[in-house]
Amino acid sequence: GAEPRPAARPPARQPALPPGRPGADTTAIMPAVSKGDGMRGLAVFISDIRNCKSKEAEIKRINKELANIRSKFKGDKALDGYSKKKYVCKLLFIFLLGHDIDFGHMEAVNLLSSNKYTEKQIGYLFISVLVNSNSELIRLINNAIKNDLASRNPTFMCLALHCIANVGSREMGEAFAADIPRILVAGDSMDSVKQSAALCLLRLYKASPDLVPMGEWTARVVHLLNDQHMGVVTAAVSLITCLCKKNPDDFKTCISLAVSRLSRIVSSASTDLQDYTYYFVPAPWLSVKLLRLLQCYPPPEDAAVKGRLVECLETVLNKAQEPPKSKKVQHSNAKNAILFETISLIIHYDSEPNLLVRACNQLGQFLQHRETNLRYLALESMCTLASSEFSHEAVKTHIDTVINALKTERDVSVRQRAADLLYAMCDRSNAKQIVSEMLRYLETADYAIREEIVLKVAILAEKYAVDYSWYVDTILNLIRIAGDYVSEEVWYRVLQIVTNRDDVQGYAAKTVFEALQAPACHENMVKVGGYILGEFGNLIAGDPRSSPPVQFSLLHSKFHLCSVATRALLLSTYIKFINLFPETKATIQGVLRAGSQLRNADVELQQRAVEYLTLSSVASTDVLATVLEEMPPFPERESSILAKLKRKKGPGAGSALDDSRRDPSSNDINGGVEPTPSTVSTPSPSADLLGLRAAPPPAAPPATSGAGNLLVDVFSDGPAAQPSLGPTPEEAFLRFVCKNNGVLFENQLLQIGVKSEFRQNLGRMYLFYGNKTSVQFQNFSPTVVHPGDLQTHILPAWPSPLPLPRSFQVDGGAQVQQVLNIECLRDFLTPPLLSVRFRYGGAPQSLTLKLPVTINKFFQPTEMAAQDFFQRWKQLSLPQQEAQKIFKANHPMDAEVTKAKLLGFGSALLDNVDPNPENFVGAGIIQTKALQVGCLLRLEPNAQAQMYRLTLRTSKEPVSRHLCELLAQQF
Amino acid sequence: MQFMLLFSRQGKLRLQKWYVPLSDKEKKKITRELVQTVLARKPKMCSFLEWRDLKIVYKRYASLYFCCAIEDQDNELITLEIIHRYVELLDKYFGSVCELDIIFNFEKAYFILDEFLLGGEVQETSKKNVLKAIEQADLLQEGGAEAEGERESLKQTPY
Repeated sequence: GAEPRPAARPPARQPALPPGRPGADTTAIMPAVSKGDGMRGLAVFISDIRNCKSKEAEIKRINKELANIRSKFKGDKALDGYSKKKYVCKLLFIFLLGHDIDFGHMEAVNLLSSNKYTEKQIGYLFISVLVNSNSELIRLINNAIKNDLASRNPTFMCLALHCIANVGSREMGEAFAADIPRILVAGDSMDSVKQSAALCLLRLYKASPDLVPMGEWTARVVHLLNDQHMGVVTAAVSLITCLCKKNPDDFKTCISLAVSRLSRIVSSASTDLQDYTYYFVPAPWLSVKLLRLLQCYPPPEDAAVKGRLVECLETVLNKAQEPPKSKKVQHSNAKNAILFETISLIIHYDSEPNLLVRACNQLGQFLQHRETNLRYLALESMCTLASSEFSHEAVKTHIDTVINALKTERDVSVRQRAADLLYAMCDRSNAKQIVSEMLRYLETADYAIREEIVLKVAILAEKYAVDYSWYVDTILNLIRIAGDYVSEEVWYRVLQIVTNRDDVQGYAAKTVFEALQAPACHENMVKVGGYILGEFGNLIAGDPRSSPPVQFSLLHSKFHLCSVATRALLLSTYIKFINLFPETKATIQGVLRAGSQLRNADVELQQRAVEYLTLSSVASTDVLATVLEEMPPFPERESSILAKLKRKKGPGAGSALDDSRRDPSSNDINGGVEPTPSTVSTPSPSADLLGLRAAPPPAAPPATSGAGNLLVDVFSDGPAAQPSLGPTPEEAFLRFVCKNNGVLFENQLLQIGVKSEFRQNLGRMYLFYGNKTSVQFQNFSPTVVHPGDLQTHILPAWPSPLPLPRSFQVDGGAQVQQVLNIECLRDFLTPPLLSVRFRYGGAPQSLTLKLPVTINKFFQPTEMAAQDFFQRWKQLSLPQQEAQKIFKANHPMDAEVTKAKLLGFGSALLDNVDPNPENFVGAGIIQTKALQVGCLLRLEPNAQAQMYRLTLRTSKEPVSRHLCELLAQQF
Repeated sequence: MQFMLLFSRQGKLRLQKWYVPLSDKEKKKITRELVQTVLARKPKMCSFLEWRDLKIVYKRYASLYFCCAIEDQDNELITLEIIHRYVELLDKYFGSVCELDIIFNFEKAYFILDEFLLGGEVQETSKKNVLKAIEQADLLQEGGAEAEGERESLKQTPY
């Protein structure tokens, strides 16, 4: 480079290495060194920009330059290549400063066909950074790339490949995806070209996998693992790792090749690999990539390969104990990068107890390392080790160190890892200790992670509660310490559990009563306290210190400071009090009658006050006792808190609860809250029975539910705030087992229709929301919550041309359609839930329904001869593969109807198989993304006894049982 | 790797390389957010942090922060050494590199990065091989661009 030197060297200029020195960028002066071809004009321009004292000055200087460049490009005089390059480079600099550039693309494209390397290079850089979808330009760019790829000049070829990889657009994929594999495996391609081709192909594959054709070349790609050139191997492994995830079988041979390559690297002396040795560590990048590749597969089946691999893993673990060959951090980082990747592979295999425990010990050493980075990674990696049955106990031995980390680490991201690990290592033996440490941490925890800690504590407390008074104490402590971060899910859950367990109700009432004594207690405490006292206040009413009037005045002292939602809940508590404690009736009626309630500006509050007042004056004590009866137990389903944590953290977050494998006893006790028979009662069907609602207002809270519709949608599986017309939601749901279209729900306001179709493991469901009233529904928001194994994707609704907003309006008399795309990933038992919320005349409405997606929707009928059927029937003879039910007929026993139902259920009906012609025999395959489940069924009607016997045999136990239960309810 | 950002202590972006398709608006938003987050961290803190669903690995060299976003399964420590190897490559090429070199020769910084990382993956780890590719390019141009170089220097610095 013949760049003229500027007058002075920058005084503050200093080398960037080593890290951590004070900054150099204080003076705006051109650098002394300019390598390659200096572009003086560019350097002057950059220097000018740096000298600008204000943003305005900078913009002014840039505009001046843009005008200059534009005139040069438009000028009559043809620009030479050098000038063009310089101006294009200036434009690029301006763009990278954050300004928009709307010209110069054509000049950049012209540079691509220059035969001067640096001009071509700048052209490609510009195109890579400022891609423009102008089709004419793309055609020209692709032409230039095509020429360079065909040029046989490796440097030009690499430039072209870099450009494709940097842009990675679908257009580029369409133009080149077919050529690049050829370049990659061609015998005469230079090493550098192969490297670029491999990673270029990887980028195109990631962007548009459909455009990359698999074929004969794939086998040859795998053999690049044997290439002599380490750089080629390094690039190829990344490509193979990505491709093999989609087609594991096609790439299976890569396992043994990867193992032998890894083995050679791991056992090589620290200098053998010359320039591929990094601070005395042989080929760290390649080693890490090979270990990643192996994590795409289960342990090698071939014993020799497996033996060799285990040897490698042991060598890596052994080397970690050797004294370092250098004091440099680069040495230990590279070495430990391999070590952590090795541990990841060991955890992935989860089959070598010896290696797992060694890995755990190694991580244990890192927990106390002076390097923060290593402590962080050790905590993170131990989290996954904690979920292995082989290493769970070993992880637990580090509990004190981890608790200490939670208390003393100065970096919040490290403390968060410590909290994660405590959560992961928690089991019955240490739950009390861990929960109390996490509660203590919560008092000083960073705001950013409080909500997550609250969720974790709530889950652990529920999961490992031996006595539920501890659980109640813990949740109340959560509200006390971090009330703002206690989400609805958490406090709903404590109510569910207290309602379902009568052994803790008295304790809960006493404890909330005490907690409410605090002068400034959190509103969530008022909610929990209000609800619990409304249900179980009678259990502590014997004590004069918590007599009914005391309970009431304590709650009412909080009333005026609370939000509308809480006040609505308290009003329900009050009406419940009237039933529980007749002596409070007069006082409470006085409160309800007050103008501030009866004429409250909030419709919901006003309505409750009016209705509760009327109810308390009109209804007899018997009726009152029936209407305001204690809440029935809640049906058990996945903890909503856990679901929330999973939503927050993605799959795997709930690992502490998926521990049935290592702690089989845990499920028996805390797997679910058993409904206690003593409190079971049937909710009375409708308030209309009381004759109280001559003209029911649209948003009448169901008087039966005690707490009103604030809670009903969360707690109930089916019933909506508005009583539904026709079949109950559960009945409607069951009707859909054997059919795909119909009305799923209907009440006075809303009708929800369903049309669906299923093919293989995919389905599409159209939901029609019809507004039956003449008033607009506002903030109409239907959301689908689905269990992990079913994936739904909500498509735009008609008539909205845009993606469906979170909520929208539905005009009176109008119908809105929503489309759900459904993919069945694995067999599943629980259907997704559809939750619909909207406002009607200002009052919130909500309902939650089961969506009619059951496992049998993914049935493919299979025709087979009698002989085949019996052979398969015999193959599925393990007791757990069979499910059988004998039940009474609920409908007239009509053979044609039965046939139609079985076909609607999805199976093929096989004639001439069963010796008894009255019997029905069917077969089919359930298609899920992960696996197929073959199913055989037999239905034997007994007309005389009006009974059926149904037998299901499938290759998966839960599927047999589940299908049997679904089908048995159809006859 | 999803992207790499180089920025100064004053928060000025010096290099940006994106390996996933994002709109310019989104890129600017991410940059703003990350620069702020990283600059707010104290010196002795760990080099990794969770950000959205990605892992951020960063390290400071003199006045410059190097910041990479990697995916969940990616290896943090090896990413730190990707950063270091890139610094070494710049250092070898420029000879004791400093932030000014990257400002004034930004295009070179991009070229070197492309030889080292492609599509977000390590392409070539040998320092020799990477610099050979770049220097070959410099040699190639010197043959062709000599006339231009001469012309400029004649104009500016008469003998």
